[in-house]
Amino acid sequence: MTVVATEKMEKFLSNLVVSSTLSQKEAAEKFRDMDFPTTRNEYWKYTRIGKITNKQFTNRFDQKKDIAIEDYIVSGQYIVIENGLVREDLSQYGLDFKIVFKTETQDSEKYGLDNSHVFTALNNAFYTQAISIHIAPKSVIEEPLQLIFVEHGTEVIANCRIEIEAGKSSQSSLIYTQISENSVSCFNNSITTIEVEENAHFTLHKLQTANDSSLSVSTEQVVQKANSTFKINTFSFSGLLIRNNINILVQGENCETFMNGAIITKDKEHIDNHTFVDHQVPNCYSNENYKYVLDGQSTGVFNGRVVVRKDAQVINAYQNNGNILLSEQASINSKPELEIYADDVKCSHGSTTGQLDENALFYLQARGISKAKARKLLVSAFVGEVIASVNNEKLSDLLHVILKREHNWDF
Amino acid sequence: MSKTLLDIKNLHAEIAEEGKAILKGLNLTVKAGEIHAIMGTNGAGKSTLASVISGKDGYEITEGTVEMDGIDLLELDPDERAKEGLFLAFQYPVEIPGVSNINFLRTALNEIKEYRKEEPISAKDFMSMVREKSKLVELDAKLASRSVNEGFSGGEKKRNEIFQMAMLEPKVAILDETDSGLDIDALRIVAAGVNKLKNENNAIILITHYQRLLDYIVPDFVHVLADGKIVKTGDKSLALELEEKGYDWLTEAKTV
Repeated sequence: MTVVATEKMEKFLSNLVVSSTLSQKEAAEKFRDMDFPTTRNEYWKYTRIGKITNKQFTNRFDQKKDIAIEDYIVSGQYIVIENGLVREDLSQYGLDFKIVFKTETQDSEKYGLDNSHVFTALNNAFYTQAISIHIAPKSVIEEPLQLIFVEHGTEVIANCRIEIEAGKSSQSSLIYTQISENSVSCFNNSITTIEVEENAHFTLHKLQTANDSSLSVSTEQVVQKANSTFKINTFSFSGLLIRNNINILVQGENCETFMNGAIITKDKEHIDNHTFVDHQVPNCYSNENYKYVLDGQSTGVFNGRVVVRKDAQVINAYQNNGNILLSEQASINSKPELEIYADDVKCSHGSTTGQLDENALFYLQARGISKAKARKLLVSAFVGEVIASVNNEKLSDLLHVILKREHNWDF
Repeated sequence: MSKTLLDIKNLHAEIAEEGKAILKGLNLTVKAGEIHAIMGTNGAGKSTLASVISGKDGYEITEGTVEMDGIDLLELDPDERAKEGLFLAFQYPVEIPGVSNINFLRTALNEIKEYRKEEPISAKDFMSMVREKSKLVELDAKLASRSVNEGFSGGEKKRNEIFQMAMLEPKVAILDETDSGLDIDALRIVAAGVNKLKNENNAIILITHYQRLLDYIVPDFVHVLADGKIVKTGDKSLALELEEKGYDWLTEAKTV
């Protein structure tokens, strides 16, 4: 068995150039000794990763002179990242965010990052740059910083590494935009570590809209200190295989945590969201709302795990996952996991899956609205609340543009 | 002579999945300026008739024709029927969370206008139309901006149906048990609204169990529907007779 796996690993690694630094050489060795998970692994039960593991990605590519990012820019401050490498010449930002490009990451242990996770190990071995973003204590930054991840080429892997530190009592937001420029089967394997310091408010918006051959695995590893608020909004609008892992360790009391997702799929896309909130201390609130609209032969996975530790009393944790299947071939696997070890908590979860309400469709049609438009109205009503949670007009406009382009929805 | 707005000839329909025949040769002619009432017991096929005319899925038309103002309705999708001027006030108006009444009605109105090659209505004109028409059924203007029927009381839902009818100005309106479940005040409001909307160019079909409605909306014709056919037609006095004697005398007479 090991021999077979190793051969597979060797093949996977055959086009990847290992960095000359000692730590990454070691990380590459660690990765080489690992196996890719199969669906026998509970954490990967509903997501087959053959589309990733059967490829021989390369981390070499020719830089493009220009990259068409204009249509995606929603902020005056942005960093363009081409296949995992920062293009300072195409980026534009001021001094609000303290931004440093480094070749070594900080100690990832303090964020609880699981280095035995195979894609984390892959990232550890092959990231070329770590983007460190620091928000100074007490600074209130109105304009979000946008990170535009552009993939191009054929079977190119981008191992992106981002470290965010939201300083004490600061308030700021970031927008990730994953896009493609004529890419074929490119793989974005990214890790973001986020530390939300005491009393800080930090929001991350993720817009995933590369193309229908794109592969993406990303992990956001978050630590929240006392009295902090963290929000993450995920919008997955295109991609062949997307796996998002969000792990939030709530370490300080009186924190608020929000996770929203709008996932719109078509064709044979597969989009998997695994979220994990670890309530380690008392008096915190978390709220999660993920909505999937699945068309074609696409599949969705939602796995929302909430752990309330033994002494974490007075926790309010809410989770909702709603799914609409627009076609007979589309499917969703929804799995809420609540593990509660404290006794004074309020936790709830709900999961609903169905088709569009036929009675509502007929009602709209009976008033003169065409079936296609009626479907759009109902879908927009369904995911609208998630899109409305964005609170940023430019980003909200972009979301609508992408929905029109990718799914022909103009609501 | 006023023109025929709705012409149903020998209509046979069955529930598609079960193949169970519900309508068995129904004939009905409705002219402009007329109000028709269709009465009958539960299961006689009254609501099926409304569903079939408006194009709801799940029914198979096995025989017959339905024409509205000379146009074959059975060939059209439900929204196209509405665009041609058909309106159905639902027995059970559907709640649609997240879709505002206003947004929905404006979408409907503009789709209808586009179909008729008319200019879309401006936001300003639309809002003044909403204000004017909502007064007709004493519908709180606030309800207009809420989600369609969500959290509306039974009476509000029915008033909302008539409000929509006022906004869309149909040629033929079918009111499917719009009176059922209404208290007398709500019934008066709904009936007054319908009476104001009635004119010599449109027609109204009332489907009802209860004669009470017909005290407020006075029909030109009363039809009794039994076992998928119209078995008796009369004037408004027929409704009073039915109220008094029930339906058995009609159906029994037929079986003899």
